[in-house]
Amino acid sequence: MKYEPVIGLEVHAQLLTASKIFCGCSTQFGRAPNANTCPVCAGFPGVLPVLNQKVVEFAIKVGLAAHCEISRSSVLARKNYFYPDLPKGYQISQYELPICAGGYIDVDGDDPGAPKRVRLTRIHMEEDAGKNIHDAHGDSSLVDLNRAGVPLLEIVSEPDIRSAAEAGAYLRTLRAMLQYLGVCDGNLEEGSFRCDANVSVRPAGTAALGTKIEIKNLNSFKAVERAIEFEVERQSDTLTDGGKLVQETRLWDEQREATRSMRSKESAHDYRYFPDPDLLPLVIDERWIETVRASLPELPAARRSRFIANYGLSAYEAELLTHRKDVADYFESAATAHGNPKALSNWIVGDLFRVLKDRKLDEQLHISNWPVSAEHLAQLVKLIDQDKISGKIAKTVFEAMLDSAKTPLEIVSEKGLEQVSDSESIVAAVEQVLAANGKQVEQYKSGNEKVYGFLVGQVMKATQGKANPQKVNEVLRAKLIGSA
Amino acid sequence: MNLATLTLHEASDKLGRREISSRELTEEVFERIDATDAAVHAYLTLARDAALAQAKQADERLKQNNSVTPLLGIPIAIKDNFLTRGLRTTCASKILGDFIPPYDATAVVKLREAGAVIVGKTNLDEFAMGSSSENSGFFPTRNPWNRERIPGGSSGGSAAAVAADQCIAALGTDTGGSIRQPAACCGVVGFKPTYGRVSRYGIIAFASSMDQVGPLTKDVRDSSLLLQAIAGNDPADSTSATRAVPNLSEALNGDIKALRIGVPKEYFVSGMQAEVEQAVRNAIERLAKNGATIEAISLPHTEYAVAVYYIVATAEASSNLARYDGMRFGHRADAKDLSETYRVSRDQGFGAEVKRRIMLGTYALSAGYYDAYYLKAQRVRRLIKKDFDEAFKHCDVIVTPTAPTTAFKIGEKTQDPLQMYLSDVYTISINLAGVPALSLPCGFDGAGMPIGLQIIGKHFDESTVLRTAHAYEQATEWHLRKPRMEDR
Amino acid sequence: MKLTCADVRRVAVLARLRLTEDEESQLTAQLDAILVYMDKLNQIDTSDVEPFSHATVTTNAFREDRVTNQADADALLANAPDRDGTFFKVPKIIE
Repeated sequence: MKYEPVIGLEVHAQLLTASKIFCGCSTQFGRAPNANTCPVCAGFPGVLPVLNQKVVEFAIKVGLAAHCEISRSSVLARKNYFYPDLPKGYQISQYELPICAGGYIDVDGDDPGAPKRVRLTRIHMEEDAGKNIHDAHGDSSLVDLNRAGVPLLEIVSEPDIRSAAEAGAYLRTLRAMLQYLGVCDGNLEEGSFRCDANVSVRPAGTAALGTKIEIKNLNSFKAVERAIEFEVERQSDTLTDGGKLVQETRLWDEQREATRSMRSKESAHDYRYFPDPDLLPLVIDERWIETVRASLPELPAARRSRFIANYGLSAYEAELLTHRKDVADYFESAATAHGNPKALSNWIVGDLFRVLKDRKLDEQLHISNWPVSAEHLAQLVKLIDQDKISGKIAKTVFEAMLDSAKTPLEIVSEKGLEQVSDSESIVAAVEQVLAANGKQVEQYKSGNEKVYGFLVGQVMKATQGKANPQKVNEVLRAKLIGSA
Repeated sequence: MNLATLTLHEASDKLGRREISSRELTEEVFERIDATDAAVHAYLTLARDAALAQAKQADERLKQNNSVTPLLGIPIAIKDNFLTRGLRTTCASKILGDFIPPYDATAVVKLREAGAVIVGKTNLDEFAMGSSSENSGFFPTRNPWNRERIPGGSSGGSAAAVAADQCIAALGTDTGGSIRQPAACCGVVGFKPTYGRVSRYGIIAFASSMDQVGPLTKDVRDSSLLLQAIAGNDPADSTSATRAVPNLSEALNGDIKALRIGVPKEYFVSGMQAEVEQAVRNAIERLAKNGATIEAISLPHTEYAVAVYYIVATAEASSNLARYDGMRFGHRADAKDLSETYRVSRDQGFGAEVKRRIMLGTYALSAGYYDAYYLKAQRVRRLIKKDFDEAFKHCDVIVTPTAPTTAFKIGEKTQDPLQMYLSDVYTISINLAGVPALSLPCGFDGAGMPIGLQIIGKHFDESTVLRTAHAYEQATEWHLRKPRMEDR
Repeated sequence: MKLTCADVRRVAVLARLRLTEDEESQLTAQLDAILVYMDKLNQIDTSDVEPFSHATVTTNAFREDRVTNQADADALLANAPDRDGTFFKVPKIIE
């Protein structure tokens, strides 16, 4: 019996607002414990929430980008449960009337011409909870409420995903979209972009849904994919062996690379949702929606198409360069500084990405912290195009540019790497090499083409690699033929 | 003359003319408290030193004629469910422990800015849940007119303090009648404005969709002055109304000619104390004599109000009280693990009535019951509001008794919670609809206990309510009577 | 009988209230009586009625996205039953 995976993903994205969703506390990461708190987000007696308008704007932005229906009237509701990181004893979220409904995200599969459409169920706004930390002393926990009240968007997909790879692709696409919109920085490892997976299996070709199992504690894209693969196998094996699956929440154990049942004594939560009487129903009119729509930046898919059309890049190159908004920005500012997009693309995708990988730099490292600025890279390519240095020398210059504030021109000057292109020097070098390598010249004349490369190499050596290769070829060939 | 017996406008007048000082006034109020509170138990916390310091500042401002407001230098008592910065706030519950708030409720901020003197925090039913102040986690307050009787609730402490001249005026809150009913029991004026008129920020929440702050005062003019000082939009409260607050004193012009008064038949039913009915009918006649026209109207869904209230209010309260968990403030029990800590802290901290309401509210919201209880109640609530909308097409104000009986004896209704709930029948619909309503004295029964007359107005029409109340008050002398307190 | 002791126990767990056996039976009786009283609401047909939302209809109430609060962890922790530095200290949370 072949089983097919049926996967839905729930993403919680922390929004890049300056202040929290219901109070004026800062959302800045990394402050001292409870520095970013006030009576409101700490759930003190007598406090009341007031909704941050920017959170609504961001929700509308994401809803429009994901082709959702924006609710003209939506409601904030209380989700009631007790936990030390939930100061009010309830989370303000949305239940029956979320701000966005429906929608979809197109994800590239194996065939770039035929993207997979993953439908969304809903998107809603809610507040984040604080953080519990285990105390070294053993019988206490420590609570930091800095994160309590940070705004979140919960993005729920339909169970349209059919493989772990597809799940990874969906997450990367969604994350890129949120980054492009400037609403979330998409950092899975730091927790600003969190994912839970709902996994079930069913006999291939059937329509009914199997038992849905929720997987939590997925802290990287790899973890998502591995956990899904593990879980699909576990569920399939269980059913094949005649066992039964119980609807539950499981945790991904990174160490053991397996999912395990949550040790929870409580039966299913009864959250007793009801509309929050401290907040008014949210009314969104056409005008507001259109204002937000007009402010939408160019989204990844559109930017990709434009890169292909305007810069003559291949689909593959365009994909790599638009994967992250800041990378696309980097490319475009370089291409604007010097009009050789193809070459720039190669340098970025080939050399620069390699350096980032070798240095094990955070996948999220923003371009402002990259070892080479867009401007300098453009200058480097310009030098090549102007024949001032050869492609090979450029690689050397590039290495020297890393982490240096010096321009490529300065480095070339300092190191004396200017390409040697004048006839006199090249002729002199060629003649010198031919004179010193009589045997090889004879071999060439007797028809051995391979020795030509050796001779070129000698000329380059004689000129410390700076000779203009094209000119070398011209002169060398001429001399060799000439001295026939 | 004992300065503590002055009304707010009288005291303000004398302060303005520098006949008296705020310090003198404040000192005499504290003397009065010292002499009478052992019998009345209106106060939970007194802020003597801070009050005298505020009085001193007020005297400075008065001397320099510096932004003189009606509240400047006036000693005000505050119900202990208002957060007061630096001053212990208990909500009459053990669960708050020795909680000292780091901030002031907006209404308190406004009082401070106006230069009022904050005397102290008054007793209430725990978490404002009750109609007698017997549910206080500390002690019951006693009615100054008869110490064996309840002062009403939940703002019993504030009402008693006003009646006993232990303050010049007081603030209370009203969720199901908690300002009006104690005002009726204690023979003072209690006003619950339109929902949203006064900020709820800094009020310990009971039922968020009904809680309102309002004044308890010795007469109607005082009520208009105190309400004026605290009303207005607050950006910190999303449910706070953006409607401008008119000059409420202008309403006190004594003119009720052609005022249309609606009298709902549902509010005059058997089970009412005969003397209460008589006093209220006399009051209605008096209003008619002064020019008003009387219309018989109907508020057909009145009989469902108590049921609706006790589902919706307890549901909201069950959620609002979840934050009292012993984690970040208040009482924390010594227990073996997290789960036990929650349960034991809350068990030890909450009284029986609070627990009962939390249980009821949790049940009404729980899976499988939400539609049948909470949602159903909210639908009927809309019908109750519609009753008022309809009625107000035919009248300007509605007049009723405030309570079916005068103040009952302490301990008389504590056995049967349902009986206690049913005594709220005349006040509760008003909170469900969010309309403004005021209670003022309209007589006394054979036992010498005050009877309250309730005047209900349209949304945001506090002016007409005040105008009607003022006209009635000035045509009678009930407001001049004071309880006889043996000074100790 | 609308309410059983089992119901009361379930609700007490949701509400994090500890009840003695006596309290349990007393509450069951009291709440039962109250719920029976609530039945009168079923006398009314509300099939065409929207649930009540807000007493006084106001437009959206928003805040601007600005940081307006000063950091003051100490003020917030002043009433904490237990603390460790600027953390709230609570009984151990078992995941």
